Amino acid sequence: MNHWMIAPVVLPAMLAPVIAWVMRHDITLARVFSLAGTVALVAISIGLFITAASGEISVYKLGNWDAPFGIVLVLDRLSALMVLLTTSLALMVLIYVISSNWDTRGRHFHALFQFLLMGVTGAFLTGDAFNLFVFFEVLLIASYGLMIFGGGGMRLRAGLQYVVMNLAGSALFLVALGTIYGVTGTLNIADLAVKMQELPAADAALMRVAAMLLMIVFAVKAALFPVQFWLPATYANAPAPVAAMFAIMTKVGAYAILRFFTIVFGPEVSATGSMAADWLLPAALITIVIGASGVLGAKRLLSLASFAVLTSMGTVMVAISMFTPDAAMAALYYIIHSTFAAAALFLVADLVVTHRIHDRLRIAPVMARSGLISAVFFVVAIAAAGMPPLAGFLGKLLVLEAAQTNADMVWIWAVILVSSLMMVVGFARAGSMIFWNTEEPAAPPEAGSPLPVMAAMLPVAVLVLLAVFAGPLTQYTQATAEQLFTPAEYISSVLEAK
Amino acid sequence: MELLVASAIGVLTAAGVYLILRLRAFPVILGTAMLSYAVNVFLFSAGRLTINAPPILQKGVETYADPLPQALVLTAIVISFGMTAVVVMIALGAFLETGDDAIDIPEEDK
Repeated sequence: MNHWMIAPVVLPAMLAPVIAWVMRHDITLARVFSLAGTVALVAISIGLFITAASGEISVYKLGNWDAPFGIVLVLDRLSALMVLLTTSLALMVLIYVISSNWDTRGRHFHALFQFLLMGVTGAFLTGDAFNLFVFFEVLLIASYGLMIFGGGGMRLRAGLQYVVMNLAGSALFLVALGTIYGVTGTLNIADLAVKMQELPAADAALMRVAAMLLMIVFAVKAALFPVQFWLPATYANAPAPVAAMFAIMTKVGAYAILRFFTIVFGPEVSATGSMAADWLLPAALITIVIGASGVLGAKRLLSLASFAVLTSMGTVMVAISMFTPDAAMAALYYIIHSTFAAAALFLVADLVVTHRIHDRLRIAPVMARSGLISAVFFVVAIAAAGMPPLAGFLGKLLVLEAAQTNADMVWIWAVILVSSLMMVVGFARAGSMIFWNTEEPAAPPEAGSPLPVMAAMLPVAVLVLLAVFAGPLTQYTQATAEQLFTPAEYISSVLEAK
Repeated sequence: MELLVASAIGVLTAAGVYLILRLRAFPVILGTAMLSYAVNVFLFSAGRLTINAPPILQKGVETYADPLPQALVLTAIVISFGMTAVVVMIALGAFLETGDDAIDIPEEDK
């Protein structure tokens, strides 16, 4: 067994309580440990990524109990990619948080941040459905703390909505798991896949209910229509760097749908069939429309960024809903791009908030560093709207190409292309309102430290690199998609692990 | 007994959903608590309802209760308990900061 596999879960789990107990009065010490821990996590996840890139599926048996009796962690190409994405995003967000002093506006930022990392990496690595629920709760409870970090009436109220929405989601998740266990007697994902193939016809209806419930739960996380209402209010009112980190949390939902509906409830399983695809595609298309309309109509830069996240999730889910290797390849590439694009967008929005006092799209005094920030905003807007030459364009192109063989190709092309145009208009409107619709300031604006601006450029640099190295990246996501659509490999690796 | 447990789950869920759809924080929190009770009973019954049977698998023992849902429901209880505490604290914070316990965000802050 490769013990490094559990390190992305254990390291933050050990670090977070130490930071909370020992370093709660010493912000410098907490910063050093939090940053060092995250750098170590990035290094470990690069190692895991290289291990998984060979195509090998590693299994880690907790307590050395064989699957399906014990809980297993599974490292395949998909989970290695998602873990690396999480940790590298976390490092960038953490650098921004430290350089902008966001972590001094409340207490226990670093402890909560590490717990969030533990939950997200655990959710990506686990091979057990109930364990997935537990990691969901870990990441959610840390996200509740981060969401209301710094306080404020509207932030707390939006936080309350977010918590209640997710409590209802968790209840549904448990009902789904209970039903699955009641029918099949197992919660191990690989074992479940085996049981699904030999499911008696009498149990098929019950299993369809469970699969549908699971899909709704993951759709809540991925903010898919009609359960997307929590996202704009939450992300727009959360501290902007936290919203940047939340960019990965919607991807947890997308990941879970991709995992469950290829391995367990794949298209060849007679009980569920093409049910997932039939429901996901219209929901994803409507999500794109809602997101693009929100980008056009937003009154604040932060809510504009939230609606841009909705659109990108819709595009990801359109690609996932096709359930073909080519479409999954496009979805994964777009997931990588949209995570960094959303993070960059929220960090730039935070720069605007701190330099301009507020982020409302109406007249305000000229802010300090207006030229530099507008240049960064321009690049991020191009990426988020999916314009050439950045990765968003390539990702959308891959999605459109994969849709060519789909029966609903006309709808997919029309919605994605029109929504891209709406995004371009929305971003152009926001940019000109913020950077050009200005009045003379009463006093010369104070610039403050240049460090946050430099930190916000990190994800922007990644966006450029994603386009430059699109070739090798799509090769990896292609291999990932092929591995995902040969579930037999996953199942035998887990059930026959020594 | 099946009828009793099933209708209890149904009534708890219905009450929970109704309360969650209210517009003030207090009933909403009560609703989430109701919903989590319903879910806990449901999870418990996922291992089939058995009476007077030990939750241990031994040689020669024919009737036993499935121990796994009992472990699952313990985890679920602990988590829902913690979550309820968190949501109460956040609701209190929102109430003290804004002066009322409405759920909606006012139009001018959207």
